[in-house]
Amino acid sequence: MSLLQLKRISKSFGPVQALDEVELEVEKGEVLGLIGENGAGKSTLMNILGGMFPPSSGQILLDGSSVAIHDAKAAERLGISFVHQELNLLDNIDIAGNIFLGREPKHFGCIDQRRLHDLSRPLLETLGLPIDPFTSVALLTNGQKQLVEIAKALSMDAKILILDEPTSSLTLQETDTLLRLAQKLRNQGMAIIFISHRLAEIETIADRVIALRDGRNAGGLKREEINRNAMISMMIGRELDEVYPKTKPSAESVILSVKDFSTRQWPNGGATFEIKSGEILGMAGLVGAGRSELAQALFGVDDSPSGFFEVESQSIPRGDVSRCIANGVFLAPEDRKSSGLVLEMSIRENMTLNSMKRFTRYLSIDFASEKENAEVWLREFGIKAPSTELVVGNLSGGNQQKVVLAKWMTLKPKVMIFDEPTRGIDMGAREEIYRSIAKLAETGCAILMISSDMEELLGMSHRIAVMREGSIAGILDKEAFSEEAIMQLAVREDLATSA
Amino acid sequence: MESKLSHYLNRYRKEGCLALVLFFVAFWTILFSRNTEASGFLQSLIESRFLSLRNLENLSRQVGMYGIFSLGMGLVIISGGIDLSVGSLMALFGTVFFFLLTGSHAWIPGMPWVPAIIVLLAFSAIVGMFHGWLIAKIRMPAFVVTLCGLLGYRGLAQTMTHDTAIGYYDAEFGIAGLESLLTGEILGLPAAFIAFLFVSAIVYYLLHLSVFGRYLLALGRNEQAASYSGINTKMIMALAYVICSILAAVSALFFALYTADVVPSIHGNFYELYAIAGAVLGGCSLRGGEGTVIGIILGTTVLLVLQNMVNLLGYDSSFSKVITALVILGGVLVDRFEIWKLVTRTKNNVA
Repeated sequence: MSLLQLKRISKSFGPVQALDEVELEVEKGEVLGLIGENGAGKSTLMNILGGMFPPSSGQILLDGSSVAIHDAKAAERLGISFVHQELNLLDNIDIAGNIFLGREPKHFGCIDQRRLHDLSRPLLETLGLPIDPFTSVALLTNGQKQLVEIAKALSMDAKILILDEPTSSLTLQETDTLLRLAQKLRNQGMAIIFISHRLAEIETIADRVIALRDGRNAGGLKREEINRNAMISMMIGRELDEVYPKTKPSAESVILSVKDFSTRQWPNGGATFEIKSGEILGMAGLVGAGRSELAQALFGVDDSPSGFFEVESQSIPRGDVSRCIANGVFLAPEDRKSSGLVLEMSIRENMTLNSMKRFTRYLSIDFASEKENAEVWLREFGIKAPSTELVVGNLSGGNQQKVVLAKWMTLKPKVMIFDEPTRGIDMGAREEIYRSIAKLAETGCAILMISSDMEELLGMSHRIAVMREGSIAGILDKEAFSEEAIMQLAVREDLATSA
Repeated sequence: MESKLSHYLNRYRKEGCLALVLFFVAFWTILFSRNTEASGFLQSLIESRFLSLRNLENLSRQVGMYGIFSLGMGLVIISGGIDLSVGSLMALFGTVFFFLLTGSHAWIPGMPWVPAIIVLLAFSAIVGMFHGWLIAKIRMPAFVVTLCGLLGYRGLAQTMTHDTAIGYYDAEFGIAGLESLLTGEILGLPAAFIAFLFVSAIVYYLLHLSVFGRYLLALGRNEQAASYSGINTKMIMALAYVICSILAAVSALFFALYTADVVPSIHGNFYELYAIAGAVLGGCSLRGGEGTVIGIILGTTVLLVLQNMVNLLGYDSSFSKVITALVILGGVLVDRFEIWKLVTRTKNNVA
């Protein structure tokens, strides 16, 4: 009999069906990998298990008997422990206090510090974290904080441990430690549900994989069947090759050439790279490596202390947006809502905000040609909107991104910089955006695509530049593409090898 | 697909509501200031004091003088800023103008009235540029910059006049034509009202038809997105203050001639607040990016007609402030509800 069984779990939020008769089983001493796109329902399912909210229908069996999990406390009592993606530790309290928060050992009404210490110490030692339990949590690294969360789970005698994207903010080294620890806990008989976007980790650690897609079960894999491609096709419902359109750089002529370009964040860094006509250069790097800052500095909306860049051998001064735009260098920024669009304005107005001069006649705005322009792009990109007058804030993320694209396409880009072009956008709309990017590349436009989505980078790019601390750590050619190669360049060597 | 009519009703619902309020206040005033000795009810209304030629002339002059600087304030508010210095500028500009005419201040040369007006408008543009530079380029908060203006300009005017009144009757050069231009009538309408219609048309063009207006609305909503679209947001923002200052000077000319002498300590007191109130009542949002010329005009007019009502009907004038406050509060409250409606509509669309 399975330790935990979820039977036909459904959950709807208003009209939105988040989960539709999902089944899931976990055995004792097993790591179950749970995978799926954003919005596939992984978090909803785990939140039900963690007692955040009840399912609309369905049954939860623990050791074969039906249980109801009303709140987080109930989940804890049943031995289900949930380590959230965002760490839920209090920075102003020490490690021991965090582990036993709300369950402090007391002595005449006061917290019994000695027992707190004695209880915490062995927990931390099992986790390979030989630190004084009275250390402030604020001093810990993200990896250590994750371990403290797990210590908390252990202190509650958890039988089932849910790890939601546990490695998303960890260094390679810390990730390694965490994975080894998970294996150790499994060998001691704990059931672990491991949610991750990093398929390599799932491949390493999972005994079994279950995929969700659009709130439904999308299949499962046994240990021997687990491999990257199988997982991806389960997640997206078809082969990976079909998602990313194949493109080839059209010519050898260099369109964009950047030399020693630094940013405000990394004034001593300097990015140097070239993009050819029709080429898509992917740009990878860790959070804080300065990729978005570089994009903003190139586009001129942010200051840059030093560096040169040329478009079609014509030098462009730093920090001058209008010169950038005049030379056909455009940016689709990371944050659509605050930088890419004026949400309260209509589709028509947003699409011409950057090219107003083309839509004037007799010193006044030519509303008819503005509207015509918007209608052309609505059709071209298949933007789902009843009219060009709809306020952009009412569109979905995917359609908003298409409006941003249309806005720049009107001006015929020579260099288009995309900063996280598909963040927060569902799979269907993503594919359309990929097709648009590919189409743009085919017209000879040089494309710089900054992304934190490995699949996207590997699938779309012709080459990938990896950024680290404001400089280009290396540029990978198509033959050298791999997640590991990118990570190795992205992480500082001294951090990756020491500690 | 919604019909054309309901589309316009929806789009101009704020203005429609304001027009209704205006109509109601005017009708109320007509009703209670009617000529009780007239034969017949309708006749008594037509002969009401509100509809008397004198009152209408006075009212239209007021609407003209207040409307001009309120339009400037409207532009600044749409840019997401505020200009608290308008009332004090009114005193300073009036003072400077009279000194230009009389030549009685050591630093200010006397000159005929035509160049005097040009010099004053140039001076006001410089003041506006100074505000715009501090706010848009140096990025000081508009509230602080113009609050300093509120204190400083009136103080400067008071210092220049040694805190007494200043008139223009001892003008150095002839002032033939000045009075008839600024206080006279054209086609039976007060000059200030004609000027106001003229200014309204220009501001309507600027805000609703020109690229400047589109940029102003965009930057008032989301300055970052505007600059990411390659808009020179600093320039546009500064221009709003320049226009506001110039329109304050135009108003100041009419006010100065209307009062005939300027007492800097009270001249134009609290006018900035009337302008803000009119603009906000007219649908401008203090968060920026929202507002129409029609709305600002209606908002300002409602406030002045309310004032007129209090005067004509002999209500306690102190109480009129309470009425004004309640009308503004009510107007903004209605605006809130519309935002609330907008939010629910967004949700429905997403679902």
